[in-house]
Amino acid sequence: MGDSQYSFSLTTFSPSGKLVQIEHALTAVGSGQTSLGIKASNGVVIATEKKLPSILVDESSVHKIQSLTPNIGVVYSGMGPDFRVLVRKSRKQAEQYHRLYKEPIPVTQLVRETAAVMQEFTQSGGVRPFGVSLLVAGYDDKGPQLYQVDPSGSYFSWKASAMGKNVSNAKTFLEKRYVEEMELDDAVHTAILTLKEGFEGQISEKNIEIGIIGEKKEFRQY
Amino acid sequence: MVGKNCFAIASDRRLGVQLQTIATDFQRISKIHDRLFIGLSGLATDSQTLYQRLVFRHKLYQLREERDMKPETFASLVSALLYEKRFGPYFCQPVIAGLSDEDKPFICTMDSIGAKELAKDFVVAGTAGESLYGACEAMFKPDMEPDELFETVSQALLSSVDRDCLSGWGGHVYIV
Repeated sequence: MGDSQYSFSLTTFSPSGKLVQIEHALTAVGSGQTSLGIKASNGVVIATEKKLPSILVDESSVHKIQSLTPNIGVVYSGMGPDFRVLVRKSRKQAEQYHRLYKEPIPVTQLVRETAAVMQEFTQSGGVRPFGVSLLVAGYDDKGPQLYQVDPSGSYFSWKASAMGKNVSNAKTFLEKRYVEEMELDDAVHTAILTLKEGFEGQISEKNIEIGIIGEKKEFRQY
Repeated sequence: MVGKNCFAIASDRRLGVQLQTIATDFQRISKIHDRLFIGLSGLATDSQTLYQRLVFRHKLYQLREERDMKPETFASLVSALLYEKRFGPYFCQPVIAGLSDEDKPFICTMDSIGAKELAKDFVVAGTAGESLYGACEAMFKPDMEPDELFETVSQALLSSVDRDCLSGWGGHVYIV
């Protein structure tokens, strides 16, 4: 009750210690299309539903999974336009790192900088938080990695994670199916099965998107 | 100079202003981390400031990435920092020497605005540069063990600085 009086301004804490705008942003994420990621022993796979608003939309022009560098890819749940802006900023940061050190940016550093950008938008005047949660998948010297970044700017490393509409079912399914030393092909299989669990209608190669990163490569396929 | 799974970096010890010798024990080579050294020849004030800036950057890098910088990465960083001051440069030439994670030695030098010069055998910088090129070329052998490398580097350094009035007063040699 008292919280709603504090929901007009992002930069004001509510008496219960929450930033209500961020809660709302997480709700926006939770009503977005399901996406998930699984870290295998030799790579990472990320996948998402790609439900288009109408059959007239040209599905080959819609890319929900994007690459940030040749060896880091990202998928989201939530608002598409916010995602595009974040992808643009992250790509620029990755390139700046490369320009300075002539080395590809480690996944952790890129995630940290993206999360810092998202946090900025929770503490500035006149802006709103990003309405997306990101799953960043990458392969660098430390091996395969999977991170989730929330609208608040917090990030976590996961072995397997899901976000969006069907998150609790998907996570339960993943918990049951996840094996420590999973190979990449098994992980892809499990990812598709998990998506199928919550899928309304017929799953086909045209309405999901998958990104796979093996050693030092990122490529996409439907 | 590069040896077998090791490197040597050496400098003379004179600090002078044209013909006046100010110090005979000047440290020109500094450590960035256990496997990475940088020698900065040229204007002493610029080399001190540049060294401080590099240590600053490296410490932050260590804290953020939880590891030491690779020599190649460090060389790129030095090059970028020097080029930032393209139109008002630092008057120093760095010589960078380090061991990569697999114990492979890496050496490079740069001019004062950051043009990297990678080499597989030896790099030189400073007022006695030309005669150092000659001495190193004559004395270098590939795959030297640390002891032999030390001898070679010392002899090359001493014979070159003896021919240069602005260098001398002994040498510092680091073998890693």
